[in-house]
Amino acid sequence: MLARIGIRSVDELFGCIPGNVRLKRDLKVPGPLSELELVRKMQGTAAKNAANGVLSFLGGGAYDHFIPTVVDYLSQRGEFVSPYTPYQPEVSQGTLQAIFEYQTLVCQLTGLDVANASLYEGATAAAEAVLMAQRVKDRNRVLLARTLHPQYRETIRTYIKNLGIEAVEVPFTNAGTLDPGALSRLLNDATCAVVVQSPNVFGVCEDLKSVSDAAHGKGALAVAVIAEALSLGLLEAPGSLGVDVACGEAQSFGLPLGFGGPYLGFMASRKDYVRQLPGRLCGETTDVEGQRGFVLTLSTREQHIRRERATSNICTNQALCALRATIFLETMGKEGLRELAWQNVQKAAYAADALEAVRGVRKKFSGPVFNEFVLEFSKPWPAVDAALRAKGILAGLPLAPDYPELRNSALVCVTELRTKGEIDRLAQALKEALR
Amino acid sequence: MIKQIREPLIFELSAKGKRAVRLPALDVPETKGVLAGVPARRDIPGFPEVSETEVARHFTRLSQKNYCVDLGFYPLGSCTMKYNPKVNERISGLPGFAGTHPNAPADLVQGNLEVLATLEKLLGEIAGMDAFTLQPAAGAHGELTGMMLIRAALEARGKARKYVLIPDSAHGTNPSSAHICGYAVKEIKSNETGTIDLDSLAQAMTDEVAALMVTNPNTLGVFESDICRIAKLVHDKGGFVYMDGANMNALTGIVRPGDMGVDVIHINLHKTFSTPHGGGGPGSGPVGVKREIDPFLPTPRIVAKGDRYELDFDRPQSIGRVRSFYGQFGVILRALSYILTLGPSGLREVAETAVLNANYIRKSLEGDYHLKYTTPSMHECVFSDKSQKASGVTNLDISKRLIDFGLHPPTMSFPLIVHGALMIEPTETESLRDLDLFIDAMKKIAAEARENPDLLRSAPHVTYVRRLDEVKAAKTPVLRWEEKG
Amino acid sequence: MYPNEFSYTKDHEWLKLEGDEALVGVTDFAQHQLGDIIYVDLKPAGTKLEAHQALATIESVKSVADVFSPVAGEIVAVNDELAQTADLINKDPHGKGWIARIKVGDRKAVAGLMKAADYEKFLEGLEK
Repeated sequence: MLARIGIRSVDELFGCIPGNVRLKRDLKVPGPLSELELVRKMQGTAAKNAANGVLSFLGGGAYDHFIPTVVDYLSQRGEFVSPYTPYQPEVSQGTLQAIFEYQTLVCQLTGLDVANASLYEGATAAAEAVLMAQRVKDRNRVLLARTLHPQYRETIRTYIKNLGIEAVEVPFTNAGTLDPGALSRLLNDATCAVVVQSPNVFGVCEDLKSVSDAAHGKGALAVAVIAEALSLGLLEAPGSLGVDVACGEAQSFGLPLGFGGPYLGFMASRKDYVRQLPGRLCGETTDVEGQRGFVLTLSTREQHIRRERATSNICTNQALCALRATIFLETMGKEGLRELAWQNVQKAAYAADALEAVRGVRKKFSGPVFNEFVLEFSKPWPAVDAALRAKGILAGLPLAPDYPELRNSALVCVTELRTKGEIDRLAQALKEALR
Repeated sequence: MIKQIREPLIFELSAKGKRAVRLPALDVPETKGVLAGVPARRDIPGFPEVSETEVARHFTRLSQKNYCVDLGFYPLGSCTMKYNPKVNERISGLPGFAGTHPNAPADLVQGNLEVLATLEKLLGEIAGMDAFTLQPAAGAHGELTGMMLIRAALEARGKARKYVLIPDSAHGTNPSSAHICGYAVKEIKSNETGTIDLDSLAQAMTDEVAALMVTNPNTLGVFESDICRIAKLVHDKGGFVYMDGANMNALTGIVRPGDMGVDVIHINLHKTFSTPHGGGGPGSGPVGVKREIDPFLPTPRIVAKGDRYELDFDRPQSIGRVRSFYGQFGVILRALSYILTLGPSGLREVAETAVLNANYIRKSLEGDYHLKYTTPSMHECVFSDKSQKASGVTNLDISKRLIDFGLHPPTMSFPLIVHGALMIEPTETESLRDLDLFIDAMKKIAAEARENPDLLRSAPHVTYVRRLDEVKAAKTPVLRWEEKG
Repeated sequence: MYPNEFSYTKDHEWLKLEGDEALVGVTDFAQHQLGDIIYVDLKPAGTKLEAHQALATIESVKSVADVFSPVAGEIVAVNDELAQTADLINKDPHGKGWIARIKVGDRKAVAGLMKAADYEKFLEGLEK
């Protein structure tokens, strides 16, 4: 090879690098490790995660759900894992058709006309929705429900900081939902969107129809953020309630908890706004022989063409995660998804009753919930938490410091994976902790 | 790629009543009247109902319609399509990692925090930077984060400034990210060697310029040899140097961006560090910074206290979060495993072999294809279709014909400064045999371009679908399946 | 090929003066460079423009290009047909594919634009 190139050593190929900056030493990194050594080492590291032995009722934007075996099995095929973005459609019809099915499923679940091929995760999806609303309405003020996940609100603020967009928070009522009076006082002609989460950060279902109507009354977009996508299997589609843009986190659809990533942001909107949608879009077409095929399309919205005037700077998205979600949804099917969602609601209802029956515990909010709810305790949460952890239970997520008024409360999540026995164990442990 | 049975959409296979999954019976007594008052859906019209066999066959057949790195050579310039080590999949799938909840308290996820802290440290050593954040989910996300960090640092110094300088060869994410940070973009022209023109830069670099965004090696695969002088020019006027680290594969173990005057850099784990591309993600775009910019990094920071790790949220100058939770943890695990597998000698071999392979291809095809810039190439080389234009053959036709040879085409039409570009990046994981197969095919195609151009213009011939009507797809977009009637 | 009664710019726009107003479009060369045009984003009637400010954006499958107003003026009408048939610009760039009608701010500025012969020479120079 060196002969073909006409050099005597590989070193000559780096002659363009100034000598005074070239490394004259080895990098100070460990290794090399053989496969056996690597696996042993990483298994040892994983073993340091004591959380693995603990009974968990944690939710708050990441949900522990059943994943059918076939999801792992199919999504790990090298033909799905190792290709690049499908810019050469003739040799990427597998990926492209899967994306087309994914887009369709998201439309069906959200009740909206068009969905993109995925965004990074829920918080950035919400941020992209705000930027999109600003472009669509050409207005620079957005209303964010305080019942929107604190990490999502923080991410939105980071994104809009340098774009002259003002974010105003709308408070919540004692029922744990967006305050309609405050909303109508805060809405004005400079508002591009109202951003509400449902089920919200407290697990409570918001009245999306009223919020959408209020937003439309002032010419603003209604943006619904969904952090627990499984709720879409049972609750009315946001599109049917007047929502213009639905976005959020689809980790519940076949993605492991995985310590927070990679997850799956989704976004869908009314067809009027398709040119302002961020992210990739896959469309149907035909080839020179009249066969149906799929291609990435409407690319002129994107950064590689429009550069600084693109709808978003997003390039790599979450294709493999979207594939997992697609396989998950197609495997669960219409009835399976519905039943899974229903089991979540039932188990959460059972747990809420069982826990409220413990002296010193009360459900904080009266609004209807999906699979998580807020409990308030007669003792400070850190003490309750410590007592439960001593019994090997992670009972919930503290709501302070994001909601300082809720410092004696915690968010408890119950999915279909929590058995009656586990729920009863939590109730018993809580009873002892509050004696 | 052979023609196969047409695979329907799953919705076309669906029929009422089919189920793939049975759930256990509800083990708690049913509560009546839950969700009272909440609008519930009666149905999900069109949602599929199929059996597990149908799902398994559907996706197995779909997978067979994809070309992939596991199948063969994938020389996409700037994408670094190297082999994805399978052991990394095993490690990221270990239940001890995959089952951990991101809201779990820090003391219960010490293993995970060790993973994050370790990768931050190792990337810092590899890139020559003082600190890293692993939050960004992809390269473009990293760029956005990096530019936000620069803006915050400048605001802390007193003035955010107005402009960002970007070479005309840059990837579209660069100006796009700068724009979202509230900066206006000024383009710097490349000179006749395809690199940044120092005089143009000197003229453009004022105290209204926040930063220069540079890719090194640049998108032509050419090393910016004047990088130290470039950095000094920018620093002397109080600006920062941002490096798009997409082409790090040419540099690992050879030189470190931090040593060349770079202040902020993003790394693409799904390029240089072997994590799979997944058909379009997930990736990961960690951002490295020099000490001055550390205070602005997204929170939380992972801090080592003895042999324990803690989360530090008390960072008043932080730009805040750029996403939920910690980052693309599964991708991070794969990259860490890769670095540990290679060690210092392996990392250097990556760059050496990547550059060697690219130069071998360049030398072998110099006679057949036009090279706009004759400056030495690093890990990728950019040809154009200029010689073939005479017979009416474009880079598109050449690319499509390569598919008939069972190979994936190079990157087309990028960078924009080379008209009809073909950007070839073999990476280091290709053998000599793989390279020769590609070179041979390209030579045959060059001959066909002269002797039988129609063959190229009608390619590909043997794929599941042939050339697709992209005009129709854009003019009358059909972006989802709809039920008929 | 290039109508003599039009004036031309280096960015490949044409302008046809009609009294106080002018029709603006892009040349045959431009439509050929852009390829199949998919969509045209038009600034609305009433928009006031400086010379060389964008009055529309043309999207083809793989590119986006601004259409700059050759002279300062105000948009009085836009070609509504382009909403349904954007490819009118490909089919008849100098006729039915007109993009906007503007009220010309300064008629003298029109004299500073290229004539058909100059534009054709300019195109020849580009091809080299």
